[in-house]
Amino acid sequence: MGDTAVHSGSDDPNRRDFIHIAALAAAGGAGAMLAWPLVQQMNPSGDTLALASIEVDLSKVTEGMQVVLKWRGKPLFVRYRTAAEIASAQAADSEPLKDKEHSKDSERHVVGKPQYLVLVGVCTHLGCVPTFGGGDYKGWFCPCHGSQYDTSGRIRKGPAPKNLEVPDIAVLSDTMIKVG
Amino acid sequence: MSGQPSTYQPKSGFTRWLDSRLPILRLAHDSFVDYPTPKNLNYWWTFGAILSFMLGMQIITGIVLAMHYVPNATMAFASVEHIMRDVNYGWLVRYLHANGASMFFVAVYVHMLRGLYYGSYKAPREILWILGCIIYLLMMATGFLGYALVWGQMSFHGAVVITNLFGALPLVGESIRTWLWGGFSVDNATLNRFFSLHYLLPFMIAGVVILHVWALHVSGQNNPIGVDPKSEKDTVKFTPYATVKDGFGVALFVVMFGLFVFYMPNSLGDVNNYIPANPLVTPEHIVPEWYYLPFYAILRAIPNKLMGVLAMFGSIGVLFILPWLDTSKVRSMRFRPKAQIFFVIFVINALILGWCGHNPPDKFAIPVGEGGLTFVWLSRIGTAYWFAYFVIIMPLLGIVEKTRPVPDTISSPVLSGAATVEKA
Repeated sequence: MGDTAVHSGSDDPNRRDFIHIAALAAAGGAGAMLAWPLVQQMNPSGDTLALASIEVDLSKVTEGMQVVLKWRGKPLFVRYRTAAEIASAQAADSEPLKDKEHSKDSERHVVGKPQYLVLVGVCTHLGCVPTFGGGDYKGWFCPCHGSQYDTSGRIRKGPAPKNLEVPDIAVLSDTMIKVG
Repeated sequence: MSGQPSTYQPKSGFTRWLDSRLPILRLAHDSFVDYPTPKNLNYWWTFGAILSFMLGMQIITGIVLAMHYVPNATMAFASVEHIMRDVNYGWLVRYLHANGASMFFVAVYVHMLRGLYYGSYKAPREILWILGCIIYLLMMATGFLGYALVWGQMSFHGAVVITNLFGALPLVGESIRTWLWGGFSVDNATLNRFFSLHYLLPFMIAGVVILHVWALHVSGQNNPIGVDPKSEKDTVKFTPYATVKDGFGVALFVVMFGLFVFYMPNSLGDVNNYIPANPLVTPEHIVPEWYYLPFYAILRAIPNKLMGVLAMFGSIGVLFILPWLDTSKVRSMRFRPKAQIFFVIFVINALILGWCGHNPPDKFAIPVGEGGLTFVWLSRIGTAYWFAYFVIIMPLLGIVEKTRPVPDTISSPVLSGAATVEKA
């Protein structure tokens, strides 16, 4: 037992233990460094990200009309709301809403232009495309599982947990906005 | 593989030379020729061979389809139509593959219910059963990925709904979903990776099947009375007895398969999938393929999105712990009169859940006057029974049930029957 390089059976790590630990740590680190790019390659690629924003000309949308554009592979609703729709959306601000986060109508329409409402046209339940004009709240109605949204795109009834998403919007000029 | 001494005798000079270098013929002989099988196996035991046949069929037709299919969002649908119309016998290969998936699931459900009825998951076959559950999960994933490749309306929106399930997870849900998509929605990147994985998973299934058969040959096959063979009198050789019986079972199954492929190739599909994928329009009523319907019903039965997703995965997850939930000392339900009743209800309940999954949740399943029982409520009852069967009935029944007398050996019921005939 005079050879101290061999593990003596005690709990004290010796040189050989150190080599084992260091080798395993290096191999583990190398494995993790290889796994990272293999996982990351599945996230959105550069060209997908580059096409992530679009410019919209609001002057082409007339009162009471909804334009459906394709944005990030999903439908984007650009709606010119009538006075009645705006009024009912603002009146509903004080009602108990299911999704309370940024749920005031003034936080949802295009800044300074209450007539324009821009929404991601994807039901927050399981991703179907809602249609306009259906349901009890005269907003959007999802045909898949019956979720109903009001004229501000807020969830009012049905299984969907959240309001229709309002994308990031930058106002470029009087008639132009940038989405994304 | 069976743990018994090998009886293989190489006959020619070449096989002796091979045997001392790679004893692959010895392995095949010991596993599929000389291997002892219980002599009382019935036709429910031929579904293992049927499933092996279907796996081979799906891999071969799939490799052929991949020679003509284009995994690109703008060309995928057209390439499937190209296969149907222009490729020589393309229609046959595609119909074999599409209906083959359905037949694969028919066979796996029979195989699983056979295991459930005869207690094939009980000790010492727990690992065998769990490997089977893993194969089933891989099959479900493969089927879903393959269905998306057609890139029709139902493919696309089915993929949207299923990938959105992962979005229900708290905190990490949304980043997982984007990671699965490779973009901000189901799109070309998604289709590409689905194709890659759809090609990979069947070979993973084949790998787990090898482990499944290995585990089977260690514990030995269960049999209708659930009593392990005690002597050579209780068994017969795998070849010719099991091989011929399996072959006959496969032949009968292929007749049914052929009926679908040649006479009603689209009866199990959805017409909406002959419309090219359009992200801006959702089909009126989204339904998955028939083999997922009971689980889709369980998903929709729960009003909360996250809980619905957890219940759906849990309904399959509970199968993994079944060997420890069933407390009965008797393996086969042939001797468990009460368990038989609950088992039959379980099968009917699974079919009812499938019916619920096929229908809109708010429609009336059983109309009574103006109102009635809606499908969502029917599926809530069905979901409750599904879980109760595994986590309440199975553990309690094993303790309280009075079982019928179990024979000592596979041969003894026959012999005692012969004795009474002689006395009379």
